[in-house]
Amino acid sequence: MISIKLLLEKPWIWSFVAAAIVWFVTIMFTGGASAYGLSQAALTFAAFSIIVGIGQMFVITLGPGNIDLSVPATMTLSGTIALKLMGGADSMVVPGLLVAVAIGVAVGVGNYGLIKLLRIPPIIATLSMSFIVQSTAIWANRGLRIKPPAILADFTTSMTLGVPNVAWIALGLSIVAYWLLQKLIYGRWVSAIGQNILAARMTGIPVDGVRIVTYVLCAVLASVCGFLLANFSGGAALNMGSEYLLMSIAVVVIGGTAVAGGNSNVPGIWGASLFMFLVVSMLNTYGFDAGIRLIMTGIIIIGVIVLAGGHNSEQR
Amino acid sequence: MTNIRPQDAVIEVRDARVSFGAVKALDGVTLAIQPGECVGLVGHNGAGKSTIVNVINGGLTPHEGRVALGGKLIEKYNVKVARDHGVRCVFQELSLCPNLTVTENTRIMHRSLAGWGWRKKASAVVRAKLDEIFPGHRIPVGALVGDLTIAERQMVEIATAFSEVIQKVRLIILDEPTSSLDAGLAAQLLAFVRAFVKTGGSVIFISHILGEILSTCDRIVVMKDGKVVAARPSEGCTEHSLVESMGSVVKGPSARSIREINTGEPVLSAARHAGKGLPLKAHRGEIIGLAGLGGHGQTETLIDIYLKESGNWVRERAPKVAFIAGDRRLNGVFPLWSIIKNMSIGHLSDLSTKGFIRRQDEAKLVENWKSKIEIRTKDVENGILSLSGGNQQKVLFARALATRADAVLMDDPTRGVDIGTKQEVYSILRSEADKGRTFIWYSTEMDEICLCDRVYVFNSGVIVAELTGDQVTEKNILAASFRSAAA
Amino acid sequence: MTNWFTRDAIRLLIPALSLTLLLLVIFYLQPRAMSYNGLNLLFNLAVPIALATIAQMLIMTVNDLDLSMGAFVSFVACVVATFLNTNPFLGIAILAAAILAYAALGVLIHVRNLPSIVVTLGMSFVWGGLAVLILPAPGGQSPVWLRALMVSKPPLVPLAIIASILVAVCAHFLIMRSSLGVVLRGVGGNFRSVERAGWSIVRARAIIYALAAFFAILAGSALVGLTTSADANIALRYTLLSIAGVILGGGEFVGGRVSPIGAVIGALTLTLAGSFLSFLRISPDWQIGAQGMILIIVLALRLLFNRLERRGKSA
Repeated sequence: MISIKLLLEKPWIWSFVAAAIVWFVTIMFTGGASAYGLSQAALTFAAFSIIVGIGQMFVITLGPGNIDLSVPATMTLSGTIALKLMGGADSMVVPGLLVAVAIGVAVGVGNYGLIKLLRIPPIIATLSMSFIVQSTAIWANRGLRIKPPAILADFTTSMTLGVPNVAWIALGLSIVAYWLLQKLIYGRWVSAIGQNILAARMTGIPVDGVRIVTYVLCAVLASVCGFLLANFSGGAALNMGSEYLLMSIAVVVIGGTAVAGGNSNVPGIWGASLFMFLVVSMLNTYGFDAGIRLIMTGIIIIGVIVLAGGHNSEQR
Repeated sequence: MTNIRPQDAVIEVRDARVSFGAVKALDGVTLAIQPGECVGLVGHNGAGKSTIVNVINGGLTPHEGRVALGGKLIEKYNVKVARDHGVRCVFQELSLCPNLTVTENTRIMHRSLAGWGWRKKASAVVRAKLDEIFPGHRIPVGALVGDLTIAERQMVEIATAFSEVIQKVRLIILDEPTSSLDAGLAAQLLAFVRAFVKTGGSVIFISHILGEILSTCDRIVVMKDGKVVAARPSEGCTEHSLVESMGSVVKGPSARSIREINTGEPVLSAARHAGKGLPLKAHRGEIIGLAGLGGHGQTETLIDIYLKESGNWVRERAPKVAFIAGDRRLNGVFPLWSIIKNMSIGHLSDLSTKGFIRRQDEAKLVENWKSKIEIRTKDVENGILSLSGGNQQKVLFARALATRADAVLMDDPTRGVDIGTKQEVYSILRSEADKGRTFIWYSTEMDEICLCDRVYVFNSGVIVAELTGDQVTEKNILAASFRSAAA
Repeated sequence: MTNWFTRDAIRLLIPALSLTLLLLVIFYLQPRAMSYNGLNLLFNLAVPIALATIAQMLIMTVNDLDLSMGAFVSFVACVVATFLNTNPFLGIAILAAAILAYAALGVLIHVRNLPSIVVTLGMSFVWGGLAVLILPAPGGQSPVWLRALMVSKPPLVPLAIIASILVAVCAHFLIMRSSLGVVLRGVGGNFRSVERAGWSIVRARAIIYALAAFFAILAGSALVGLTTSADANIALRYTLLSIAGVILGGGEFVGGRVSPIGAVIGALTLTLAGSFLSFLRISPDWQIGAQGMILIIVLALRLLFNRLERRGKSA
């Protein structure tokens, strides 16, 4: 009983409960026939939002005003360049992945460089950066649709032990993120900066160092996600990242991470990502069209923040 | 106490009680202000002056007690009712909008300045008032408030409060109005206050400078621990009698051990501010006091030293300095965290292997300090905000003292801390200093400054005097606080 | 009063200089752009962007940010191209309801003390969904009068320029000169002192959000007038463009420091950036990138300028 009570106090549990309910309601409609397929699809597509969501979560944890708007552009650029470099050859997989990571590092350093050098808020720095990155992607893409190496295309679309490979990757990255936050000094520092940046500086935390690492981390996760997504969908498209801008923020917020910073939540991102995908497929199954789906998504986000925000204000 | 007929009073607060948590900020205060009188309000920090001011201006509804205006009891007293009755307040912290011009700020303060040509009207009103109170001022009313100096902002705030558009001004509360004005401007203001009172207006005047209170006010109210402990006409009062009723006894020299002056290489130093005044130097094992009136650059100096001595990009194994905040909310406490995490954050380098935090060692450290400085809590896993202010401050002390830093900077850390805790802190400081640690201590309390080995006195951001050993007395410090810097 | 104008001028100097420089370079590269028609072409799409930028600036006046601006303008465009065309009364009713919704949003954000970024993020899905419901596929038609207005050719000066100036002047009067605007900016500067003076901050937020919705509706209408039809994604990039425009024009995220004239200039600069590159014969791939670069350069200039100004003051 006590463990159940403890579980209910965790902020992330609600996103899982909601995801389970939606899953169940969808299965009800099809009479259970699609249970396996739906779970597969949910895990696959949620994996991509989880990967970008984790990065965005680290940035949002840095405190009010910290947000990375360059996520979609970074995804597109890394997917495009990596596929171009690999040119469909299986032997080029490792260089392709390395290039994707390098792009992430470059974008992250660029983002924080702008924030620091121009003393502009992160939102406008990452926005300017995303314009440039997106243009680079357009220039690199040139409308070519290069097929991914067969080995990667297979890997990203197949399963191990009945779970999609991309979901395994997301799980691995989540565990690393959880460790970073809970066990390492770095995690403490990120949380401290998010709660009170002045106090963090005055207790000897290397604020700039932590922040640049965090922005790089976010950009690297975005570019890895772009790499996987491009291989998964059989080629890089220029708009492939676009839905992940709002999605990456939404899963962080719904997952129970404090928007005001200082408190992050890795499991919640899983619940929220599954939930976001399942809501869409539920509404699809019940024959609602895209408009209703979007409206529902928006209402859910606002509902979550109104509930969570109310909780916060009582505490203070 | 005095024979006041309440029906005549501009405002009367009867038996007001306000408590914040366990702290009784106001414990049954009765105060009536007559038309045409200037009432001085004195008392130590935390005596309840700001709270009663907030009740009078309508910003705070007392949990018990009543407010009457002109003899009439007001049921729902709030800011708007207060303003409509001509009660205005000049706050201690400046409360103008820095992004607006002087004229526009006047408009914010006076709702009736609206419609076509409001700008012209507002400019005329505030310019006339500025000319009247501070003849010879050179403030353009079209300037953005953010571009003005602190003194000029204070002048503008005073002028907007005294400005009359439609509503007659009946009562003005001046909360430390002269703290950022120089002697000439302060004299102009005091003269104006006298003139204003003569025409039938009322003023509540709060100041730490007792001479001002004595020369300006008709009646002086002394507060202590949320109560009015004395209220009498200012004739017959002396600075000494006021200080006595405020509850602080003027002490003889403290039991400070006079240490020989260290002339070796300083542990810390700060250059002269903008090429003026004296440089700051701190030697091993010294306790250095930073004195002067509040907000004259002491905190900024501490922060500058800290930022200079600590890195912003990479982790340092052995930090050179540690900092103890006085304004806990601003730069001390991490509100979402437990006591443990709040205490260990400055010391994590020594509690970790390859970046991984050793949880047992962390817990051990915290338990150790918990008993050492007696933090009163059942469980150190509780949130930091579950502690009382004094205990939160102890956590911040422990955070800094647990580090291996050679020097500790303290930004008025005993603000709002009870006397028992203070005594504990003093003895810890002394024993740490004897072990060779250096302390630089900014304090607004004279008793604490008098505990220091050496004292730098600040005025307008500049160190104007250095006092050593027997020179460290209340009288010398006060005298130096008003001295301006030699270039 | 003169001092006020110089201060204002300083704030506008960098944006104005950037715009002028950009224009000069374009004229140099393509002298034909200096004609009535050339200018009209250059600035045509600037009108809706300028209006959306003003809307974003109003939200930023009270230290908030609207991430749903693009979705909302798209929604408005869909309403204008359908309901307002076929059933004007219903169309006006819907738009009025949208203004009320914005005011309610402002109240919600204030009362529950919510981060505006997240709430408007949620609203961007809602507006986007409503737009898809109204126009699942691109289509609709601009009302005839609107079309006529947007393509009209006043003598001497092209409509786009007249409209931009008009927008700037109206917004300037509303937010910088009127007594209401002073209170609204005061909320951004120091809401506590405004509250202490007896004003209702909730009401101020509601007013500013409603005003923003009004300008965004004008933006959507202008856009439909130019493009003749609408679709649910027509203006999505306006969210980022409008934020960039405000910042380019000298506005700041916090502190109630905004400039309507600057915002319009910022919007014009961003619009021109695209044309500039096409005149340079750089491939259209780099259009967005150029907007990013211009943003960075202007912000760098501003930093430099602020430093010089500060140095001048302390010396």
